[in-house]
Amino acid sequence: MTDSVLRLHERDKSSLPIEYSKEEGDLRIVGFWIFLAAELVLFGTLFGTYLVLQSHTAGGPTAKDLFEIGPVMAETIVLLVSSFTCGLSTIELRRHNTKGLIAWLIVTILLGLVFVGLEANEFYTYAVHEGATLSRSAFLSGFFVLLGTHGCHVSLGIVWIIGILLQLAKRGITPVTARKAFMVGLYWHFLDVVWIFIFTAVYLTGWVI
Amino acid sequence: MSENQSQMTKQEHAGFPWKQVIGLFISLALTVLALWIAVGLSLPVHVTLTIIVGLAIFQAFIQLFMFMHVTEGTEPVHQIIGIIFGIYVAFAVVAGTLWILAYTI
Repeated sequence: MTDSVLRLHERDKSSLPIEYSKEEGDLRIVGFWIFLAAELVLFGTLFGTYLVLQSHTAGGPTAKDLFEIGPVMAETIVLLVSSFTCGLSTIELRRHNTKGLIAWLIVTILLGLVFVGLEANEFYTYAVHEGATLSRSAFLSGFFVLLGTHGCHVSLGIVWIIGILLQLAKRGITPVTARKAFMVGLYWHFLDVVWIFIFTAVYLTGWVI
Repeated sequence: MSENQSQMTKQEHAGFPWKQVIGLFISLALTVLALWIAVGLSLPVHVTLTIIVGLAIFQAFIQLFMFMHVTEGTEPVHQIIGIIFGIYVAFAVVAGTLWILAYTI
């Protein structure tokens, strides 16, 4: 009974993409999903904090005063497209096309850098030109901590993808590098999911309320 | 089941990445729609908030299924349970915080 179940496993594996081909890779991908679930809870706490503090502006600049549609939409579209190019890199991975995989990952990190640049510029404008610093009000503390945490994750993602690119250039697509490239893709899509909620709960809500 | 899956994997290997392109266009459309509802229309505030949060959740699920392949793997039920639990805790934290603090002075 147990034996046949195990064999069924082995047979199923042969039809799955390369990143699942080793038991260890398979387990690590499941483990990474659990990590993402924990990240979800981390961002949940930050969203809860921000939403409660949103109206506590202490006489300082409010969400409506600060947020501008142009830069926010630029950041959103850049991150959405980078999530798309990251999805294309996973497709190239499944075709075992190392060059295509590397090319789409490079496009993804370039878009990631544009996003981080736009966000840094946004923070700079708020802090220096509008006097809206982290310590100005509870609203701004919540804002900078939530968006800063997301921005740090994106920056870390860029460094991580560069590391994966070096390994891919050196070793090509193996079960191990395939698993790593797939996992960094999951991480990148996850950051886009978080941004969708930042866009809605921070910017759109800020314009509405 | 197994044959079906291998068929699907093969289809994904060949041809134009329709799933990704459709996912991108739906995401962009939802983003612009949410912006228009929030800024362009002047619906009552709670109606607007309900709609845009609904659109965000829909868009997150598109990412999860079209880009993140959440249903793939040897036993995808493990990661699906993990993610559902994560969503549940995150939702409880956000909704619970807002609910409790709505009753403070």
